[in-house]
Amino acid sequence: MQCDEVAKLLPAAVERNAAVELSVQRHIESCLRCQAELARYRRMLRGLQTLRTRYLEPAPGLLAQTLAAIEEAGERQAVRSILSGRRLAYAGAIGGAAFAATAATAAMLVHRSRRRTVPVTG
Amino acid sequence: MTTHEVPRDREDHVVLVEAAREGDRSAFDELVRRTYVDTYTLALRLTADEEDARDVVQESYLRAWKGLPSFRGDAQFTTWMYRITANTAYTIVKRRRRHRVESLDSMLEEPVELRPDAQPEDSAESAALLDSLSRALDELPPKLRVLVVLKDVYGLTHEEIAEELGISVPAAKVRLHRGRKRLRDLLYDDTRNDGRWANAV
Repeated sequence: MQCDEVAKLLPAAVERNAAVELSVQRHIESCLRCQAELARYRRMLRGLQTLRTRYLEPAPGLLAQTLAAIEEAGERQAVRSILSGRRLAYAGAIGGAAFAATAATAAMLVHRSRRRTVPVTG
Repeated sequence: MTTHEVPRDREDHVVLVEAAREGDRSAFDELVRRTYVDTYTLALRLTADEEDARDVVQESYLRAWKGLPSFRGDAQFTTWMYRITANTAYTIVKRRRRHRVESLDSMLEEPVELRPDAQPEDSAESAALLDSLSRALDELPPKLRVLVVLKDVYGLTHEEIAEELGISVPAAKVRLHRGRKRLRDLLYDDTRNDGRWANAV
């Protein structure tokens, strides 16, 4: 196996518990150049892990802006839910009124048709 | 160096998360207070742009507030926030890169790093190494940077990353390895960091 081939595999091989082929392992064990390259990747990974605990200072006011944005979104949500609740109430009222009107019309029509069909006697 | 209160008790969010899930806004506000520096740091590392990072933070917490009822609590709140932040940052960066020409000022501006865990034995040399690492990270293309940051800095799994970015696990691995290779080249082959990293090995 050649160093160039191994070099391509090192970004994956550097990971802990990475499955590395035996031929690659043997090459690294016997090649100082590839050992140095692997050491570079390991050092780089250690550095990256260290960055995890290096916090970057947020811009002033970010916390206040974020909390305000959440507040605003919460208010919008509340308004929406009130409106949708009202919409439901309106829809219910309209539906009820429509039902009542239909029922009244139907009752009136039935009443009229009965009057028309009453046989004239005498 | 600027001092700032940073989150130290990220294990202790369970009670607040539970209250927030039941609609307690003050509990959620407290969670924001405790985690926003962490979230901002991740957002800035992902976007490499302060303005974008601020937008990512706000948008991420809005998404978190709306998504809290579906948060199962089997992951830590911070890990959940990382995933939301990664997703938001990815969306914002993709959208912004199409429109914005980066200003020279923002490229030259160096964010101030807070180092709450700095040990007395931390030498100026190792700080310089980490600074050059941060700069190299910023120079990676966004598509590669996001993988390196989420996997190698924040320790998310390939599966978590793939899910948040909407890509396959093999694609996530390929991008990660490309990102590591590019970062390695930037650190060791670049003369801009005065051979600091090469000498460090």
